[in-house]
Amino acid sequence: MSPLLAGFTWLLLFQCAGEALVRLAGWPVPGPVAGMALLFFALLVRRSPPESLSVAADGLARHLSLLFVPAGVGVMLHVARVADEWLPIVVALTVSTVLAIAATALTFQWLARRQEGSESEQRG
Amino acid sequence: MMAQPFFELWVYLAATPLARLTLTLVMYAAGWWCYVRTGMHPLANPVLIAVALIVAALVLTDTTYKTYFDGAQFVHFLLGPAVVGLAVPLAREWDSVRRLAVPIAGALAVGSAVALVSAVGIGYALGASPATLLSLAPKSVTAPIAMGIAEKLRGLPALAAVFAVTTGILGAALGKYVLDACRVRDWRARGFALGLAAHGIGTARAFQVNADAGAFAGLAFALHGLLAAILFPLGYWALRGAS
Repeated sequence: MSPLLAGFTWLLLFQCAGEALVRLAGWPVPGPVAGMALLFFALLVRRSPPESLSVAADGLARHLSLLFVPAGVGVMLHVARVADEWLPIVVALTVSTVLAIAATALTFQWLARRQEGSESEQRG
Repeated sequence: MMAQPFFELWVYLAATPLARLTLTLVMYAAGWWCYVRTGMHPLANPVLIAVALIVAALVLTDTTYKTYFDGAQFVHFLLGPAVVGLAVPLAREWDSVRRLAVPIAGALAVGSAVALVSAVGIGYALGASPATLLSLAPKSVTAPIAMGIAEKLRGLPALAAVFAVTTGILGAALGKYVLDACRVRDWRARGFALGLAAHGIGTARAFQVNADAGAFAGLAFALHGLLAAILFPLGYWALRGAS
């Protein structure tokens, strides 16, 4: 079996396992997220991801933006609502995206500098 | 003379998913071509261009979204395995994740709180309806997870998906300018911010700019999706239980 096909099969198997788990346990978590968690724990036990899984997962990740196109076209269904409420929607989406990017990046940079600063002090 | 066979061909194509699946990939290829031709300019986002071209084509041919989705669902379906596959970069980066646990946990907590509170707060202040607010709440989380969350919150899943995709496009388009203005030069911080605020579309953009940024974007995207998928329903239950 080619690595791509084998890797893709593993992804589907873990998605099925995730779907089964959340349905049986009645958890309000999307199935693929549970599948991701299961695969993550399996990979931690195994230490490094096998070649086949890397090929399939990286292939999907490289074309990730294509996969959002059908959902994006769904804007057609909500033209009336978006037209009625365009001001709160546009302002909320734009401002909150800008704020989230700035807050995340500044927090990460500040904490990473503090940590790496104290690590080099210990070494020095 | 020629009109009849062409008309029959059109009727055949209009009835199969093939035409809509092809339309999706061809329009994405056109969007990608524009993106590459502008030197990967952040504002020439391929998803934005593809969505605009497809909506125009559907309106011109009088095709409903439901008919379109019959074909496009094959592309949409791949989001599931793509979300599962996020475990791979997460496991691969696990050593640096553990080493940078404090900045990662801090940025994840601050960023996800800012994304949620500012979106719902601004929407509420400007008079958005409750269904719109509930669909805005998960907008920084990737579309399939946002749809799942909106469904649990009794928002509108399709609207949540549109908000998530729009957020991803906005983040990928504006991220560079925001990060430059904040003088963040650390590629890990830049990538993490894009993945957290703009999920998969921000992650795709980060991978195109820098490999380190891409890895940390994928990490933030995966962690934020996992956190949101667990905390949103719990928070909703807690609020509902309290009232």
